[in-house]
Amino acid sequence: MFKKILIANRGEIACRVIKTARRMGIATVAVYSDADRNALHVKMADEAVHIGPSPANQSYIVIDKIMDAVRQTGAEAVHPGYGFLSENPKFAQALQAAGVAFIGPPVGAIEAMGDKITSKKLAQEAGVSTVPGHMGLIADADEAIKIAGEIGYPVMIKASAGGGGKGMRIAWKEDEVREGFQSSKNEAANSFGDDRIFIEKFVTQPRHIEIQVLADGHGNAVYLHERECSIQRRNQKVIEEAPSPFLDEETRAAMGAQSVALAQSVGYTSAGTVEFIVDGDRNFYFLEMNTRLQVEHPVTELITGIDLVEQMIRVAAGEKLAFGQSDLKINGWAIESRLYAEDPYRGFLPSIGRLTRYRPPVEEATDAYAVRNDTGVFEGGEISMFYDPMIAKLCTWAPTRSEAIDHMRLALDGFELEGIGHNLPFLAAVMDHPKFTSGNMTTAFIEEEFPDGFDGVALGGDTLVRIAAAVTAMHRISEIRRTRITGRMNNHERTVGTDWNVAVQGQSFDAVVKADRAGADVTIGAQTLRVESDWLPGQPLVRLSVDGTPLVLKAARIPGGYRVRHRGADLKVHVRTPRQAELAGLMLEKVPADTSKLLLCPMPGLIVKVDVAVGDEVQEGQTLCTVEAMKMENILRAERRGVVSKVNASAGDSLAVDDVIMEFE
Amino acid sequence: MKDHLDALAARRAESQLGGGVKRIDAQHAKGKLTARERIDLLLDADSFEEFDAFVTHRATDFGMQDSTPMGDGVVTGWGTINGRMVYVFSQDFTVFGGSLSETHALKICKIMDMAMQNGAPVIGINDSGGARIQEGVASLAGYAEVFQRNVMASGVVPQISLIMGPCAGGAVYSPAMTDFIFMVRDTSYMFVTGPDVVKTVTNEVVTAEELGGASTHTKKSSVADGAYDNDVEAIAECRRLFDFLPLNNRKTVPTRPFFDDVNRIDDSLDTLIPDNTNTPYDMKELIHKLADEGDFYEIQADFAKNILTGFIRLEGSTVGVVANQPMVLAGCLDIDSSRKAARFVRFCDAFEIPILTLVDVPGFLPGTSQEYGGVIKHGAKLLFAYGEATVPKVTVITRKAYGGAYDVMASKHLRGDFNYAWPTAEIAVMGAKGATEIIHRGKSVEEIAERTKEYEDRFANPFVAASKGFIDEVIMPRSTRRRVCRAFASLRGKSLQNPWKKHDNIPL
Repeated sequence: MFKKILIANRGEIACRVIKTARRMGIATVAVYSDADRNALHVKMADEAVHIGPSPANQSYIVIDKIMDAVRQTGAEAVHPGYGFLSENPKFAQALQAAGVAFIGPPVGAIEAMGDKITSKKLAQEAGVSTVPGHMGLIADADEAIKIAGEIGYPVMIKASAGGGGKGMRIAWKEDEVREGFQSSKNEAANSFGDDRIFIEKFVTQPRHIEIQVLADGHGNAVYLHERECSIQRRNQKVIEEAPSPFLDEETRAAMGAQSVALAQSVGYTSAGTVEFIVDGDRNFYFLEMNTRLQVEHPVTELITGIDLVEQMIRVAAGEKLAFGQSDLKINGWAIESRLYAEDPYRGFLPSIGRLTRYRPPVEEATDAYAVRNDTGVFEGGEISMFYDPMIAKLCTWAPTRSEAIDHMRLALDGFELEGIGHNLPFLAAVMDHPKFTSGNMTTAFIEEEFPDGFDGVALGGDTLVRIAAAVTAMHRISEIRRTRITGRMNNHERTVGTDWNVAVQGQSFDAVVKADRAGADVTIGAQTLRVESDWLPGQPLVRLSVDGTPLVLKAARIPGGYRVRHRGADLKVHVRTPRQAELAGLMLEKVPADTSKLLLCPMPGLIVKVDVAVGDEVQEGQTLCTVEAMKMENILRAERRGVVSKVNASAGDSLAVDDVIMEFE
Repeated sequence: MKDHLDALAARRAESQLGGGVKRIDAQHAKGKLTARERIDLLLDADSFEEFDAFVTHRATDFGMQDSTPMGDGVVTGWGTINGRMVYVFSQDFTVFGGSLSETHALKICKIMDMAMQNGAPVIGINDSGGARIQEGVASLAGYAEVFQRNVMASGVVPQISLIMGPCAGGAVYSPAMTDFIFMVRDTSYMFVTGPDVVKTVTNEVVTAEELGGASTHTKKSSVADGAYDNDVEAIAECRRLFDFLPLNNRKTVPTRPFFDDVNRIDDSLDTLIPDNTNTPYDMKELIHKLADEGDFYEIQADFAKNILTGFIRLEGSTVGVVANQPMVLAGCLDIDSSRKAARFVRFCDAFEIPILTLVDVPGFLPGTSQEYGGVIKHGAKLLFAYGEATVPKVTVITRKAYGGAYDVMASKHLRGDFNYAWPTAEIAVMGAKGATEIIHRGKSVEEIAERTKEYEDRFANPFVAASKGFIDEVIMPRSTRRRVCRAFASLRGKSLQNPWKKHDNIPL
């Protein structure tokens, strides 16, 4: 076994690999860029080597710099994580040449699977089901139309070198093929410098399901069942699970066997993933093979009990797999939620900055459930603009899917994350979505269910009543504390009453609180709810039991009330005495200011330049001003025609979010 | 006997109705509460004891004798907020538009005299059209009587003004002399002369909201200390502020049970200061992480944002915080921030509220607008305020403390009791580059760069100051709460007197 390995990566995956290596008694070497000087993976590793400036193309993906670090530290093997150099055959070659083990597949396998057309050919040869389509290059639009006719509509026109939706078109009839062929070709040439195009059948009701394979250098290969990753936003996976709620035993076995066959046909070793697209009738088609550890590998680990990183290291060290296919059973259900520093309320705009608060739920593993959180950040750390905006991968495991979802809901509610915009509320909303809970989703789930983006969740009546009861009990405790202030008039103290009114989400509840030592009975309408908690005033995370079931809230003070966050909802809750409520009822609803005639600063930043002056008529799309934020210049343009009536900022001003930059007539 | 009781009940009922149901409805239609409703919300339930409910005005001109509503447009009395005594007056817009008559003024004066005598704060709720014109000079005299009491009460009992309607002309000067002014957005305004007069005299066209609304006074003029969306919210927050304040200048600050660990270590503070010394960070994060339960009542949050002022609790008792905010203008001192902080420091000192100062200040803002505006005298206000303050003073320098601004920000030399610095502190006469350019004037660019590096290594740290005893201890950022709590705990017996004087002559 190796004595020392280097992890050519950063963030959560570097930390993940270090954990396993440490457990195996292997020393670890981290590499880091300028921006990662204080990163968690650097603190966790036994040694750390600085490899250059913050941008990845000057540090993490510069092969020579990693090789220098390997030489300098005497590491015997390198784990590449995912992304960066993980699927770069030149890197694997460089390591080979230096006599250092690559904790991943052989160079040949990486190369074979690296090209979409080649890999599909190889898959077909290995007997893997592929999407009907034309494998060869297509000369012109006429040929494209002919091929499309043979395959049958709808068809997908794709760039060979494509990715991320670029150079991809769907065509339902001939003219669309003609048009799509040309635009795909142009886009591919521009984006990838490679205008090779191919055509395949477009799969309806598609689900993304992938098979985890593992092979050693002694000819043994197994599959560790599937993961379903259909919940994606713009091809970025958001929620994954294992097993898939859609597969039956037969399909699973067929997909597994084909995946193993493919791996063996290219002499694959180490962990790899064969991605399939599965249609509504459980027809599955090969998409591609990822020759690395996947981001979502923890769900597989949770249902199989196999540490994939450990297996990768053992295989790289020449060991034989210690188990066979029949040893690999599916135990329970695991779900992963990817926490991204993306603000769902602002169109999932990446949000960077300091994590002023970062308290993930406690990791635990029992027979009834498990919570696992893979992360590379810490409270007081920074989400940097240079890398992937992923903050953490939160996983839960339980014997059944619905229990795993329940634990995920609780874990998300208990995850404290402040300082940056993040997608926690969105993840919680998905966990509560009937289409997701029924398991009946496709890769179009987010597009179809959240067509206008995400604007928070409206909670159902039962949940609102539970929250109303909980916050009333909390408010009463807070008010009693206030009466314990020094300087009171003896014998004329304030007594805190039992009758309250709760205003939340446009509804009003009358509540009567009967408190005792252990908690309180809160009566709302015909219901009496038992509220118990060890919460004390000022604590931002509230763990309660309401009628015996857990309720986890994030609560903060706002003028005259509380801000309560629960599931995907962000609520203002006001608890008042009946008299206060009566008078509050006289207050006029504040109409939110009309911002359509204003240009608001979209992010905290510095005004670099204002391009227009008062009285200027601007056209839609015209540049109005430039804001520099996080060293990036952002050009703000007119959304519609108008005349500038007021300019409130000039070059050099530093503005906060939503500050008014200029006004229009 | 029963008739007598009924007569009282009937009179009370009449007095309670103020200007009558119709005017009350009109008040509600504007989204405003009545004088009595406001008192209901402000005070603990059933704690209000009214004075002078049956007072009527004495005017006889212009047919005034025909209308003598009981109470005369203001409700006065005392009650409790969370069991602590407070005097209150609340102007009743439904009676003669809340206008101030001689008797109306006398009612206010009565409770102010009581407040000073008995040592309890005064909260005034202002909703008045101004002087009672029909009374002429008697009304003016009434204002002045109130003004005089505002002056006398200043520094004796805390005075808070809630502006919940119009407050114009001479009327503005009573709230102006109180300690804190809060306004309600869209329904309150304050100005010396209204839009009509402004138009006549200067030809400026301006709305009442633009001239003296909540936004104007919290962001531009700094007349108001805060603004809230409606009466209910403003009053709830006023109760919250009240819990921070002592009852009078002879009492110590209030204490209440707290649910936060005095010894709480916050590792994230170790990374608060960015690697680049010119990168801003949010000083509010430090305040929130130092304070009990993260609770910070900010004063003048929207004005001179380069300095933060407000109240927190440490170990359950009130502490005033003054902190440079590097997020705005690099946290420099200028005219506005000096004035804002000076007034806050003097309030704290007057009422024995200990002061915590968090320092990251690159100096005073340079420029003609500052010099012409008199930054010398305005800056001196803050210097003066800190220098005269005898309350416990604990200072933590987180990063920059340059030049005269270092001296000003509660330095050791201004009788700071505990002057702590983080290891990231740079206490120097100025930034390294500027200093090097002066010391090595005329040298080559390369040499300057080299000398700058030397200067940084030598002086951009807290240890030079610590070696002279100007810094008592260099502390770990993560342990700041514990260190600061212990520092204030050790100062509970502090006794310090300034020499006798009639009063000082602060550079106003």
